[in-house]
Amino acid sequence: MRRVLQPFLAVGLGLALGLLVTRLAGENPWRVLTILVKGAFGSRNDFGMTLFYTTPLIFTGLAVALAFHTGLFNIGAEGQLTMGALAAAMTGAVWPAMPAPLAPLLAGCAALAAGALWGAIPGWLRARRGSHEVINTIMLNFIAAGISSYVALYPLRNPDSQNPETRVIGSGYVLSPWAILGGAPLGLALPLAVGAAGLVWFFLWRTTLGFELRAVGQNEAAARAAGIDPGRVRILALSLAGALAGLVGVAEVLGNAGRFRVGFSPEYGFIGIAVALLGRNHPAGVVAAALLFGALHKGAADLDLETEHVTREIALLLQALVILSVCADGLWNWVFARKTSPR
Amino acid sequence: MSKRFGSTLANDAVNLRVEGGTIHGIIGENGAGKSTAMRLLYGLLRPDTGEILVDGLPRIWRSPLDAITAGIGMVHQHFMLAGPCSALDNVLVGAEPRRWGLVDRRQARTRLETLSRQYGLPVAWDRAVQDLPVGIQQRIEILKLLYRQARILILDEPTAVLTPQETNVLFHNLRKLRSEGKTVLLITHKLREVMEFTDRVTVFRAGRVTGNLMTAETNPQQLADLMVGRKVLLSLAVPEARPRAETAIAVSGLSLATETTGRGRLTEVSFQVQHGEIVGIAGVEGNGQSELLQALLHPRDPRCRSRGSVQMLGQEVTHWSAGQIRALGVAVIPEDRLREGLLPERPVTENFLLGRHRTAAFSRGGLLRLASLETAAARAAEEYDLRPNEPHLPAGRLSGGNQQKLVIAREFAGKPRVVIAAQPTRGVDVGAIEFIHRHIVGARDQGAGVLLVSSELEEILTLSDRILVMFEGRIAAEFRRGEATERELGLRMGGA
Repeated sequence: MRRVLQPFLAVGLGLALGLLVTRLAGENPWRVLTILVKGAFGSRNDFGMTLFYTTPLIFTGLAVALAFHTGLFNIGAEGQLTMGALAAAMTGAVWPAMPAPLAPLLAGCAALAAGALWGAIPGWLRARRGSHEVINTIMLNFIAAGISSYVALYPLRNPDSQNPETRVIGSGYVLSPWAILGGAPLGLALPLAVGAAGLVWFFLWRTTLGFELRAVGQNEAAARAAGIDPGRVRILALSLAGALAGLVGVAEVLGNAGRFRVGFSPEYGFIGIAVALLGRNHPAGVVAAALLFGALHKGAADLDLETEHVTREIALLLQALVILSVCADGLWNWVFARKTSPR
Repeated sequence: MSKRFGSTLANDAVNLRVEGGTIHGIIGENGAGKSTAMRLLYGLLRPDTGEILVDGLPRIWRSPLDAITAGIGMVHQHFMLAGPCSALDNVLVGAEPRRWGLVDRRQARTRLETLSRQYGLPVAWDRAVQDLPVGIQQRIEILKLLYRQARILILDEPTAVLTPQETNVLFHNLRKLRSEGKTVLLITHKLREVMEFTDRVTVFRAGRVTGNLMTAETNPQQLADLMVGRKVLLSLAVPEARPRAETAIAVSGLSLATETTGRGRLTEVSFQVQHGEIVGIAGVEGNGQSELLQALLHPRDPRCRSRGSVQMLGQEVTHWSAGQIRALGVAVIPEDRLREGLLPERPVTENFLLGRHRTAAFSRGGLLRLASLETAAARAAEEYDLRPNEPHLPAGRLSGGNQQKLVIAREFAGKPRVVIAAQPTRGVDVGAIEFIHRHIVGARDQGAGVLLVSSELEEILTLSDRILVMFEGRIAAEFRRGEATERELGLRMGGA
């Protein structure tokens, strides 16, 4: 009961506080809310754009949540998704003639593999060398940014563009957007993301390996005594997490840009941490939280255009306030203790 | 006093009367309500009905602070100490003497040293608490109470973590406290401690007081029967073992290199356990038993074994992983069940699965067979009398005895061929001890080779067909059943 109710109350409180801030900035909070909601859900295109932002957040949210169930803090989703996107774009740029059903599959596998590799490295370092994954995943974010910039600027540079980006992928790779979304650049990537959430749930709670992951996350000593190799499990968990984040490449490169653009991600990897937190590391919660953050992102973009005193940074502020109110466990303990009768 | 939690009546019209200047035992099974009663006394909980009188005056506690002011102090089973801080600071915190707005450690030290001398409880005040032995940590907890001028001391299972030697020292000290006019309430499972060290005893069962007796006028059998509500076998009659020719465990030359500071942790340990026999390892804790257990389960880990070999069921397993060893049919009851045996936040069912999750019974094609898990867990809960019998309750919420039953139910469910049982009845009540002992002997009689590690001499003497004594990482002596007396074992454990 409380587990479900608390996130909703927290989101409400965070939004209310955020609107109060817009009031201080000199806007009518009711109008701000209207623009926010209309911006996110007002038309097919608006809703399509909300879902467009939601999709990568589902992947990164899952990447953080899966690692968290194994007791690992994956700060590296940003680097993992960068490598995933780069691998997809490289596949499409190097073999542009690949025909349709095979091409996206190949690029998708490349994205998975590159993300997995970028997760496996800190996993291996943690398991076998004992160095902490928080440091190593952060470091690998920088390395991924460096590698991807190099590839986009030198070997695979797009000669037709002033921007730092790779050559355009072959036409066989493109996942065309759905007409129903009114022009929003989103297609198969969305069901892929929701499907991934379902798979993560199934993996964690229905498979033997998933149980081993959760056992290590819950009590390493007991897992070890039960014959589980915690090192192996950690490498596996971070590889899977990296693969999930790598799939952002499918949404961005095959579904949207058709190339790798340096700096395409508005920090999906870091927002993914908040998504996992708000979704309580449950795949269904992650999907719901990703939708919320996607809507905030889209709605805030419209606020920037339509209001005098509110800029798109309001989205960050709202996200921050929602996260703070979700984390305010003390507050919620107090609220719920008063509701249920005292002992 | 009465106290209800949800649908359970944890204390049902409990009457307890403690004379000043006595040691008063409180015994009862896990979940019988003794801890609730003590928490009511100490102000951690408030009674629904009933009252508390101290020195004849009715009192109401708003918090433990009120109880402390009235002279009541409590030492919890799990110590409330800050490991990295010095013993002195641990005693002071919350009641620091001040001078110019600063903590006056000098004055505190003088007072504490006086107290220490008065009660004969010496402590190295400047050492970090985490570097001190458990017995001394407990002494610090007691001094904490005395420093706060407690006259009535409540000790919750104080001997659960102590070696026999430390236990003796503790009781010697408690007697001294009594002679200085202090009153001690001693919560325990151990009948022997009650019989030897208390003046009066109160027995709890299922939330009620079932007996209020003078210790001199009762006997262990009567107390056990009052606690459990039926006749209990205090000492199991173990039938003669029929060891077979095949070897279940063979250890040879097992060593673990000494680290810079430590003593010889394991030195040339060699022994065999046949199928159908129980080999007990006796010893004061910290003489290599924990290291031996780790080396048996994780022989290929260089942190657990530096030399020597391990065979199980005739196979050379020295370079095997723990998973492979367990898959042979090796059951392990770990020393510290919460740390090594359970997933405390996960439900009973998943805990029943842990370590058996790759067996055909619960896994097919990489998928968990949840339906058969539910059935098997329910059957085990029934058979092992888990209370409460709620398969979806997190294991950490079970009482200590029931957690242990859960571990044993899981480990014995697979019909093990080798059993490695460490401290199998630690912190477990009398009724459950009998039950656990029966299962260990049962496994032996079905042909399992059993290695039992215990710091309870009685347990070793009752169950073991052969006894090995460990001292400073070596096997110091070996006895057959009936050959050794408790005194003789005690001497060998001390290195004589």
